[in-house]
Amino acid sequence: MSTWKKIKSWPLLLPVVALILVMAVNIIHDAATGVNPLSFFSISLRETTTNGTILYGRLIDVINRGSEIAILAIGMTLVVSASAGTDISVGSVMSLCASAMCVTLAGYGVSSTTTLAKPLVIGLLAAILMGIVCGAFNGTLVAHLSIQPMVATLILYSAARAIGLLLCNDLIVYVRNPSFAFIGSFLGPIPTPIVITAICIAIVSVVLKKTALGMYIQSVGINARASRIAGLNSKLLIFLAYTLCGVFASIAGIVASSRITSADSNNIGLYLEMDAILSVALGGNSLGGGKFNLAGSIIGAYTIQAITTTLYALGVSSIQAPVYKAVIVIIIVVIEAPPFKAFLKRHSAAFASKGV
Amino acid sequence: MKANSKKSFNSNTLLLVITIVLFCVLYVGGCIAYGSKGFTHFQTFLNILITNAGLICVACGMTCVMLTGGIDISVGALIAMDCMMLAVGMEKGIGAVTMVLIVLLVGVVFGVVQGFLVGYLEIQPFIVSMAGMFFCRGMTAVICTDQVSITEKINATFYKWANTKVTIPFGGYVNNKGKYMAPYVRPGVIVAILVLIIIFIMLRYTKFGRSLYAVGGSAQSAAMMGLNVKKIKMGAYMLSSILCSVGGVCYCLNTMAGSVTQALGLEMDAISSAVIGGTLLTGGVGNVIGSFFGVLINGTISSIVKTNGKLASSWPNILTAALLFIFIVIQSIFAAVRARRK
Repeated sequence: MSTWKKIKSWPLLLPVVALILVMAVNIIHDAATGVNPLSFFSISLRETTTNGTILYGRLIDVINRGSEIAILAIGMTLVVSASAGTDISVGSVMSLCASAMCVTLAGYGVSSTTTLAKPLVIGLLAAILMGIVCGAFNGTLVAHLSIQPMVATLILYSAARAIGLLLCNDLIVYVRNPSFAFIGSFLGPIPTPIVITAICIAIVSVVLKKTALGMYIQSVGINARASRIAGLNSKLLIFLAYTLCGVFASIAGIVASSRITSADSNNIGLYLEMDAILSVALGGNSLGGGKFNLAGSIIGAYTIQAITTTLYALGVSSIQAPVYKAVIVIIIVVIEAPPFKAFLKRHSAAFASKGV
Repeated sequence: MKANSKKSFNSNTLLLVITIVLFCVLYVGGCIAYGSKGFTHFQTFLNILITNAGLICVACGMTCVMLTGGIDISVGALIAMDCMMLAVGMEKGIGAVTMVLIVLLVGVVFGVVQGFLVGYLEIQPFIVSMAGMFFCRGMTAVICTDQVSITEKINATFYKWANTKVTIPFGGYVNNKGKYMAPYVRPGVIVAILVLIIIFIMLRYTKFGRSLYAVGGSAQSAAMMGLNVKKIKMGAYMLSSILCSVGGVCYCLNTMAGSVTQALGLEMDAISSAVIGGTLLTGGVGNVIGSFFGVLINGTISSIVKTNGKLASSWPNILTAALLFIFIVIQSIFAAVRARRK
């Protein structure tokens, strides 16, 4: 009984169970189609003409493709924890940052280039700066003007993509330069996005472990007023959470744009805000703010990517996939909803008394 | 009592007045700048109504939801799904009337589910309607991934509805060939205006309409007054989805096609229309007349951008977002002032 309780109160229960379920679906699907049931987990080295020897396998693919979601999930976790609301602009901000970077690298009005107009670093800085500006804009609206987070971020959700298109002069800007493409390809045998994600996660977890920032953000999320009275600058902390979310969105934008070596304003980060929110919810974090669990969110992010990859493997197209994800979101939030929990408790009590 | 009415004038009516003045300024500005391109014709105004008939219905529903303090961002995707259902259904040979009824029924079911999740399970409206949005957008692709057009061959009745001209006896002009052009509207506009009037009367004079304000003002007080808050919230979402389906039919009459990327970002237009029209995001304040003017402002902006012809297509989106931003800030300043007065 006590072990059962321990398992039940384990914070990573939900994401890990979800991940195991997804893997099980994969194994069953592979077994049913006659492929080696464990092919999902097999990792091999492969020779390619463009990138040399690289790691290859579906698991690697999931971790690689899940990089953007995992990076976004870090920022989203902080935002959800601090303000009890979500930032729905992350997908659009990603696209805007990618546009800003590619326009800086290619020059305004150029649709395709192989040589960089400016050093790569300046392009990356432009993207991150754009992310900071967007995050600060959201943060100001939420923290200083006390506007509901989702309405405040709705402004950039709709405008950021449009501004990106304007920056790109309504073109898809291609930057076919190896130094730029490197961010989205391979570092030795390992895909670079995985390395970037690992660095992001490492920095954030060290900061959260070594400083009290994580605790401050949680306390603001639990009760903003009480934390202010206790001497915390609630507004600054909420502002900081949104700004950080913007920065992570810009990093995700850089990775996404480098993968396709272009800034496709209409498609970069499309529906990714949904994935980011979903990974936070799947990670066992309450969308009502307060306590958060970064590890959960990150496992959640990779679970989402595993779900997406599995859906593609099952023959669902990318524009149809949102249906399944929407159903999963609803199931998770219903399970977490207090009235549903109360209903279950009432019924299980009634059931128990009947059984006796 | 008099002081009270003056106080309410200060905050709420002022927003409506700002909106109407803004619309007039925009429209007159458009007339002066593009008078030579026919912007001054009465038909230009009617064209704004024709293109935005669906949006008017959606904005009415959105206003009702926002009055309760909630939000519904699934509307754009629901319209896309409605259009796709109409297009594919008619292609399969189902009659126009039957298809419209099916679409309305889907709207009711969708509204009941969303309303139940928000009202009875107390899940954040944004999360629920965002899931709804992705569900509908994905479902549109599940129904059909290609663009499906409704032509006369596919369904003559629907085609006839779409091409009916309801002429208006005044405000016509003589074109450069010397022929008198009578101004006209499409049936969608008449449906939208009817919806507007019905919702206006409902919000002002019926029990359900007044309860929406009560719940939005303070859910706790409303519950203490004996109102069934859960049921009223559910009703608001149902109403929004039904009106959205009505809007979807109007929208389809205008575009005559179903496609996955249709009505992308329409939820934003509906929300900004309601906010620009003076509906408070926190609930309890607002009316559909304001939202109607909000739609007109949106329509005028896109109409001006279209008439100009040289501006990038992303400008209406940016300007709408900028307007939304300005009005949200004005609202929050008003709220701060009101809080200080207390």
